[in-house]
Amino acid sequence: MSASNGSQAAEPAPGRGAVRDDPLVVLKGVNKHFGALHVLRDIDLTVHRGEVVVVIGPSGSGKSTLCRTINRLETFESGSIEIDGQALPEEGKALAQLRADVGMVFQSFNLFAHKTILENVTLGPTKVRRQRPAEARQRAMELLERVGVAHQAEKYPAQLSGGQQQRVAIARALAMEPKVMLFDEPTSALDPEMINEVLDVMTDLARDGMTMIVVTHEMGFARRAANRVVFMSDGQIVESAEPEQFFSNPQSARAKDFLGKILTH
Amino acid sequence: MLQRFDLLAAFWMTLQLAVLGAVGALVLGTVIAVMRVSPFSSLQFFARMYVTLIRNTPLTLILFFCVFGLMNAMGLRFGESRDTQNLFWGVVAIAVYHASFVAEALRSGINTVPVGQAEAARAIGMPFLPSLRHVIMPQAVRGSVAPVGNVMIALTKNTTVAATVGIAEAAATMKTMIEFYPNFLYFIFALVALGFVVLTLPTGIFFTWLSRKVAVQR
Repeated sequence: MSASNGSQAAEPAPGRGAVRDDPLVVLKGVNKHFGALHVLRDIDLTVHRGEVVVVIGPSGSGKSTLCRTINRLETFESGSIEIDGQALPEEGKALAQLRADVGMVFQSFNLFAHKTILENVTLGPTKVRRQRPAEARQRAMELLERVGVAHQAEKYPAQLSGGQQQRVAIARALAMEPKVMLFDEPTSALDPEMINEVLDVMTDLARDGMTMIVVTHEMGFARRAANRVVFMSDGQIVESAEPEQFFSNPQSARAKDFLGKILTH
Repeated sequence: MLQRFDLLAAFWMTLQLAVLGAVGALVLGTVIAVMRVSPFSSLQFFARMYVTLIRNTPLTLILFFCVFGLMNAMGLRFGESRDTQNLFWGVVAIAVYHASFVAEALRSGINTVPVGQAEAARAIGMPFLPSLRHVIMPQAVRGSVAPVGNVMIALTKNTTVAATVGIAEAAATMKTMIEFYPNFLYFIFALVALGFVVLTLPTGIFFTWLSRKVAVQR
């Protein structure tokens, strides 16, 4: 089933930026196996510039793999992935350059443990983008200010709470001025009281028009910030719809079953 | 006795073998370790072969190959005097042999760095070598300091193998001294042993200190 329909929200909700009809990330017939397990089955997905797509589904449905495949942290066997009209190259310099344009936020933050918060944010801009240190530093402080951890700039990751670390990770990705941001279950490793501080930052980003692909279990965020919800099960995209429509009137039996399990309590 | 045999000069030779051999082993070992974790399967294969082959070969054999094979039979001589030529191949043998252990120590350090660190580096667009240099190695070295220190201590003591090809280092001198002064057997042993302790103890203390100092916080 094609998932590229129904992406235009007629009337953008308060948390949503405007979506332009301009394909930014295009997946066509992507297949991937882990051994005998067929984790991605004929994935077709088009994400437009400024669009926020939330990917949900039961665990093991392939949604994290999908997210990681988009910047080729996972390889895939067949099909194609294009980012801004450019096909994903093989491992090497070209792929590294392309990855620089794709921000990624991990479930386990993955901040560089031996570098300070500030250095975490400036490393990419100085070493990959070749910005001048002073310039990178100034921009990094602005971003840290924006995610609310500027006062921790000289500390090391281990000294920060999970929520703070994840916000730094978002700032680190933003420092590369990415065209699209991938979020791989960004709040799943967080204590409950820290989830909202991260979701707030993400909602702000969505409102500012950042193109985002978010794998998450946070249905509130999906309702609030997504232009489109993509439901995955058994490695397939089963359903793709606007959040209101998806949550109030899911079409497939698997989506009904999944929502029944998570929304009843 | 001590006037007749220049034990200090002998230990100076030991020190040269150890220091030059250590530098060579660290450089070569790092290159091998980097090849081992590189995304290129041919480099990985070469590094794996190197470690398997060299680590399981006696140092004596490698040294004989260098000195009798490469130097004497094939005439690859470097340096003016016979001593320098011997020293050169002695250092090469010691470096080549211990590089395999250094590579394994570094690799074990690299394995202590969570895979997410490499993924995060790749995700911000860093190619393989820069991500290794700025993200992986600084953390891997911290986990490798203690095992690399052990290799360095072993290397210092293994320089005695150089005596077998006639390099006038501490053990060779000891052997000659014992031949001339069998009555002082235990004294000579103790003296040479003390010399090695003086060489290796600071190495051990330094690496222990270093591993504490650079321990990574998670």
